[in-house]
Amino acid sequence: MDLRTPLNRARGLGSAKEGVHHWWAQRLTAVALIPLVVWFAISLIMLSGADYAIARAWIGSPIVMVLLILTIVIGLHHGQLGMQVVIEDYVHSEGVKLALIIGIRFVAVFFGLAATVAILRIGFGG
Amino acid sequence: MAEFALPANSKIGTGETYKAAAGVKNVKVFKVYRWTPDDGKNPSVDTYEVDMDTCGPMVLDALIKIKNEIDSSLTFRRSCREGVCGSCAMNIDGTNTLACTKYISDVKGDIKIYPLPHMPVVRDLVPDLNVPYAQLASIEPWLKSTTQPPTRERLQSPEERAKLDGLWECILCFCCSTSCPSYWWNGERYLGPAILLQAYRWIADSRDEAKGERLDQLEDPFRLYRCHTIMNCTKTCPKHLNPAKAIAEIKKMMVERTI
Repeated sequence: MDLRTPLNRARGLGSAKEGVHHWWAQRLTAVALIPLVVWFAISLIMLSGADYAIARAWIGSPIVMVLLILTIVIGLHHGQLGMQVVIEDYVHSEGVKLALIIGIRFVAVFFGLAATVAILRIGFGG
Repeated sequence: MAEFALPANSKIGTGETYKAAAGVKNVKVFKVYRWTPDDGKNPSVDTYEVDMDTCGPMVLDALIKIKNEIDSSLTFRRSCREGVCGSCAMNIDGTNTLACTKYISDVKGDIKIYPLPHMPVVRDLVPDLNVPYAQLASIEPWLKSTTQPPTRERLQSPEERAKLDGLWECILCFCCSTSCPSYWWNGERYLGPAILLQAYRWIADSRDEAKGERLDQLEDPFRLYRCHTIMNCTKTCPKHLNPAKAIAEIKKMMVERTI
């Protein structure tokens, strides 16, 4: 039973005094992803039908390596920020919410690092 | 999780039908949400056939006519009947608005009337607004100044005063907050468009010296940043204000003070 006064409920635990960084990072990554995703889509279309050697040579270009890593890392960061907002919106069980927010971060960092290592390895001909 | 279906005790049944008297030619049908805490029953929708030849033009006129002449148990809030008090905010024909400024003739077919969405219902069309009122109190909606008060009015240039236009007109009917999905899912932690517009009304006031503390109080993933620019607030506002813009201005100030 909840016998707190309405003002008590409205004030809750007080202001977290953060949130602007998350919001700003989500916008910045969104802006950065516009040219990166366009570039990535055009590159994939141009590579259609190419064999493994051509694809490997393409990834081997330093510019392509940098842009690919940027696309994946910024994309995953943006996705993780967005997923956290969705989870906070819809998941109201504190335990499940915390587990999901932690899980989504771990997954994003893992795949970001894995993709970066893969790109570097292919690019440097490992 | 967010609730996508009504809980069992909120499922709406069919209620009574009150037919118009024989001989009445100009009939409009009103389907009104009914619930009382007294009988332990689920809510229902009652149907009232109202004689439009003896009824005023607004939805509130019809509700008052129903209460006076057909069913005195129908419960709703009303006061000014001219769109300045905000008491008669309800969901009419699927949109939150004021019954007193909504023309019956604007609705095609039957007029469906429900209380403001996703709030606890006190009875019939009366929602429990204690939490939104407390949220208003929590943003301390009054002028704060530490400078010695002047012996006359606190002066404001016409340009400074113009910044309050579109903000001071809010009548706190909560049509906007109760139309906002973010407020539905997190109504206790998210302040909602009505309260954020009020907060911005004081932040934007050139005479107020507490901008920083006000922004501190709002900077929170839930209090402010649950707004995802859905824009239902601006679309539904019966006073044609723009709470979404006020929220965007607060978000801009949050960034402005960090860079």
